[in-house]
Amino acid sequence: MSGFPWLTILIFLPLIGAAIIFAVKDSSVRLVTLGMTLTNFLISLPLWWLFDASSDQMQFVESARWIPALSISYKLGLDGISLPLVIMTTILMPLCVLISWHAIETRVRSFMAMLLIMECAMIGVFSALDFVLFYVFWEAMLIPMYLLIGIWGGPNRLYAAIKFFLYTFAGSVLLLVGILVLYFQGGHTFDVLALSQRTYGLGLQIWLFGSFFVAFAVKIPMFPFHTWLPDAHVEAPTAGSVILASVLLKMGTYGFLRFSLPMLPDASRLLTPVMVILSIVAIIYGAYMALAQTDLKKLIAYSSVSHMGFVTLGLFMFNIQGIEGAVMQMVNHGITTGGLFLCVGMIYERTHSRQIADNIGLTKPMPRYATFLVIFALSSLGLPGTNSFVGEFLVLVGTFLWSKIAAALASLGIILAAAYLLWMIQRVAFGVPASHLLPKLRDCSPREMVTLVPLVVLIFWIGLFPNPILSRMHTSVEKVIARVMPASQGETAAHLEGTSEREAPSPPQFANIPTKERQP
Amino acid sequence: MTFSVGDLFLILPELLVITTACIVFVLDPVLRSSNKDGLVWLSLGTLAICMGLTASQIGEQTLIFSDLVVIDTYGAFWKLLLYFVTGLTILLSYSYLKEERLYFGEYYGFILLALTGMMVMVSASDLLTIYLGTELMSLSLYTITGLKRAEPRSLEASAKYFVLGAFSSGILLYGISLLYGATGSTRLPQIAVAIAGQGLSEPLLLFATILLAVGFGFKLAVAPFHMWTPDVYQGAPTSVTAFMAVAAKAASFGAFLRVFVEGLGGLKANWSATFLLLCIATLLIGNIVALVQTNVKRMLAYSSIAHAGYALIGVVAAGRIEQSSGIASVLLYLALYTFMTFGAFAIIAMLRKGGVEGEEIEDFTGLAKRHPMAALLMLIFMVSLAGIPPTAGFVGKLYIFLSAVEAGLTWLAALALIFAAISAYYYLRLVMVMYMREPNDQTNSAPRFVMSPTLSIVLACAVAGVVIFGIYPNPLVSFATQAVSTLK
Repeated sequence: MSGFPWLTILIFLPLIGAAIIFAVKDSSVRLVTLGMTLTNFLISLPLWWLFDASSDQMQFVESARWIPALSISYKLGLDGISLPLVIMTTILMPLCVLISWHAIETRVRSFMAMLLIMECAMIGVFSALDFVLFYVFWEAMLIPMYLLIGIWGGPNRLYAAIKFFLYTFAGSVLLLVGILVLYFQGGHTFDVLALSQRTYGLGLQIWLFGSFFVAFAVKIPMFPFHTWLPDAHVEAPTAGSVILASVLLKMGTYGFLRFSLPMLPDASRLLTPVMVILSIVAIIYGAYMALAQTDLKKLIAYSSVSHMGFVTLGLFMFNIQGIEGAVMQMVNHGITTGGLFLCVGMIYERTHSRQIADNIGLTKPMPRYATFLVIFALSSLGLPGTNSFVGEFLVLVGTFLWSKIAAALASLGIILAAAYLLWMIQRVAFGVPASHLLPKLRDCSPREMVTLVPLVVLIFWIGLFPNPILSRMHTSVEKVIARVMPASQGETAAHLEGTSEREAPSPPQFANIPTKERQP
Repeated sequence: MTFSVGDLFLILPELLVITTACIVFVLDPVLRSSNKDGLVWLSLGTLAICMGLTASQIGEQTLIFSDLVVIDTYGAFWKLLLYFVTGLTILLSYSYLKEERLYFGEYYGFILLALTGMMVMVSASDLLTIYLGTELMSLSLYTITGLKRAEPRSLEASAKYFVLGAFSSGILLYGISLLYGATGSTRLPQIAVAIAGQGLSEPLLLFATILLAVGFGFKLAVAPFHMWTPDVYQGAPTSVTAFMAVAAKAASFGAFLRVFVEGLGGLKANWSATFLLLCIATLLIGNIVALVQTNVKRMLAYSSIAHAGYALIGVVAAGRIEQSSGIASVLLYLALYTFMTFGAFAIIAMLRKGGVEGEEIEDFTGLAKRHPMAALLMLIFMVSLAGIPPTAGFVGKLYIFLSAVEAGLTWLAALALIFAAISAYYYLRLVMVMYMREPNDQTNSAPRFVMSPTLSIVLACAVAGVVIFGIYPNPLVSFATQAVSTLK
């Protein structure tokens, strides 16, 4: 492992960029921001190959004393769970800049600065290995996001912005209390890895789980904490929606996987039924709400609630399929929903309406656009061959191992997703427009093509060839499972030994359903 | 009574400040108005010298003037903070008084007199010395609160402050006399010895403790003794408000902590329970009432009440367990609070609307368009006051809550954090008005922001403190810890 400070550069380069764009000419602000985000993406790429998939340890670790009096340190690192999320973030950021090229005309400089600050905080969240550091990044993104929605948002932006802020801020204050309690119970340290190795009393675990739960569940958002999401999505500018849907929501599920499960395994096991019920409610409720929407952004927002339900469902299965499926689904949802929001943003730029009724029959005037929209929609409903199929299938397999009824109910979500997405496509892409409604619309410009094509490539690449991602997360996920399910610890350990003997770990096979991780 | 000339060297900073105050009073009438700026630079120079002198006293631990005054690191911590705030106040006043067309040389004299009072408060080890310091500070503040003689609100504030301040001083004095009756001394170390000797059941002692708590409660503006705060903060000239909200509060906390930890440390369990109630009431009233304010100065007044409530959490925690980090966290909190509150008041002071201050929330509408820099700074101060990382406000809250959890007061930390979430609403409302509302068309009445070199120094100091200590609080943390370790 090289001592090169990859992560520090990834985190703080955007921040430096945010300072730089206040020094450049008005005309080049967009270009400079694009350059900064692309550079960050290029820097993050080598990590994908430098990452050692056979190790279950944190990699690219950097550690420095920050506030020694309280043993708070500046500690960063990636494992197979956070690596895909970090790279997903760096891929999405240039696209967010591209989609805002003409959509944002006022205060461009500040807008781009906010995007860069967001990137800094998001990568920080995924790579922080110190609980206070994590919390700092977690909270630091609230203000830029609040401003993104509140300044550049839609007509009802003030309400949406303050609602977003208060929900997430109020949710995370209890997380801070939980962190402080852990500090004293876990031997006066904020080190995430050290805290994950101790055992705490069941009563304490349940309290802590509750305090973590509120913070993460608001962010995901799980039912019934989801009401800020449709408002925020509808009012946010396109880039804000993409960041919100693709990255911010993942921070909640990432929190569960990084903190709740390994630190509070007993409480996690005990409260699994609650989490499963809330997840299934979110899947079905979100899907039903999506069916009823007439606003495209709201439709996608509710579909996010539904899709994130799959992620939480998979996480709490505690088997390899469930959790790997969940992590896959986190990445997939980021790509697919990001793509859908980009599409909506493009059509909004042209027709100035997000209502389905105002955007009917786009295939004829905009064939390229319609193709992209259909691909993203099909990916979102989990068509085999696209990325979401891999994630949702793994989650459902994992759920099936735990409870057939739960799996059956969750499958309803996929059917409903097909219903609302196909219905949306039927109208938006293939409907017959009232002739006066659609003026001559411009098809995708080269800039917009460049924005969408990377996501389409990812959709099919992951859909057809998911193993590079799965193999990288394999040992990390097994480590979490070994922690949560001590009963099967021996077997998992044996399994781990088996993998380490081989040169490279083989990816988990879809059809091979090992029964040994079954819930006792 | 013993007296040695050497003692005078140790209180050289106090002597310097009071001498400068006298020089300012004397020179003001005889100087021509074009030369009066010299008084400002004289005051600032004195503060710089005092800063050096006090910094050299760090690590010292000497009782002087027959144990009436103590020179120690704890006092040095507060004094350095007070010099800093006074310096900022003078710089802010320099542009503010010009803008308000208030030309009073004595203003700076009174500021320095108040500073002397505060310095006496934080380095006194005798209750009567503390009382003298408190009175010197308060009387100077009453005077400059009523400085805007043409404005009824300012005079009302001054009168109200005076009446309630005198009342609270009376209560404080009564508490001191009862304590003297119970323990036979007004010296803090001797009081501590007497309390350790005779146990806790003495009703007189408890009554005296309560009176002292009430007396200090007025000075610290904790609920239910906070009633004067909003009116006085609103009515006073804004530079004075900033000085009161920061320096007077810091000095009162300095004296208060010394009395209760050093003198009444034996009654920990009793006063901790009392302050727990005061703390919850303060958090509740400060945060909830601030929600409905339309005047920024009143809002910040309630916010400063709320922040006293957060600081009290550290005091409560310190009363619960031995070896607590509670007191150190209070010191740290107030030091960090200084930067953000002072910065916020400085911006209000210099936002002018047709000759007067634009202090209504509405006056901030669209500030981001007209004065992006001022709006950005205000944003940073508000974010910090709300306690959102990576700002100083977050670090302060982190330490306070850490000491609360350490003392087993997890529920109090949770409650206070919920109040912090509520407070975010009113702080962010100002951000919303600045950034997300369009300014009205009537451009002639639109408030403008008056920038001046001295003001930019003030704002630069404040924002640097908020950001640097938000990211790297280490030096301040270790200084606060070192300061508290000298407190017995």
